[in-house]
Amino acid sequence: MNETVGTALIILGIIFDFFGCLGLIRFPDVYNRLQASAKCITLGTCGILLGLFCHKGLTATGIKALLCMAFILLTSPVSAHALARAAYRSGVKPWEGSVIDEYSGDMDNIR
Amino acid sequence: MAVAAAIIFLPVPSMMTWQSGFLARSFLCLFFSAALCLYRVLRGPTAPDRAVAIDMLGILIVGFCAILSIPTGRDWYIDIGIAWALQSFIGIMALAKYLEGKDFDE
Repeated sequence: MNETVGTALIILGIIFDFFGCLGLIRFPDVYNRLQASAKCITLGTCGILLGLFCHKGLTATGIKALLCMAFILLTSPVSAHALARAAYRSGVKPWEGSVIDEYSGDMDNIR
Repeated sequence: MAVAAAIIFLPVPSMMTWQSGFLARSFLCLFFSAALCLYRVLRGPTAPDRAVAIDMLGILIVGFCAILSIPTGRDWYIDIGIAWALQSFIGIMALAKYLEGKDFDE
């Protein structure tokens, strides 16, 4: 039973990882690509690690998988936010089909 | 699309005689995702595109290590995954600081 649930979670995670990489290929802009990759981390790799926890149970490996999942959930939004900020400040313009760009008005106040 | 269908339906190579074909197929699917990420690293028009793709590759490698510890039965793969997540985070933060045009101590 535990192995069935774990394998289902792993397959769900792999499907989400694949869709995230497809978004990395198909989206037109660095900010859209960043959005795709950040979504794929949350349910993709954390799904894989949760499946590993369901396989292994409350052993040392399972606890390590939960710790790794907590670490990734804490750090991946931070790195995604830093990358978006760095991309904007290094001069990458948003895609011409994007609707609103509120950060451009704030740039003079920050610097 | 044809490559995805080939991953799902073709028989897996005899190199991967693991306990279930499911995990071997999922491993091939992760390989294909990593190849897509490498395409974005090579082709990306700007430097932040490449940085995003490298971030994604680090996360995929953590998934690789987590999956590898199931059929092989070796528990230290997840230790490699934890260490890889840590160094990937530090590297991406340093890369973001560099792209922003600041020094590292700022």
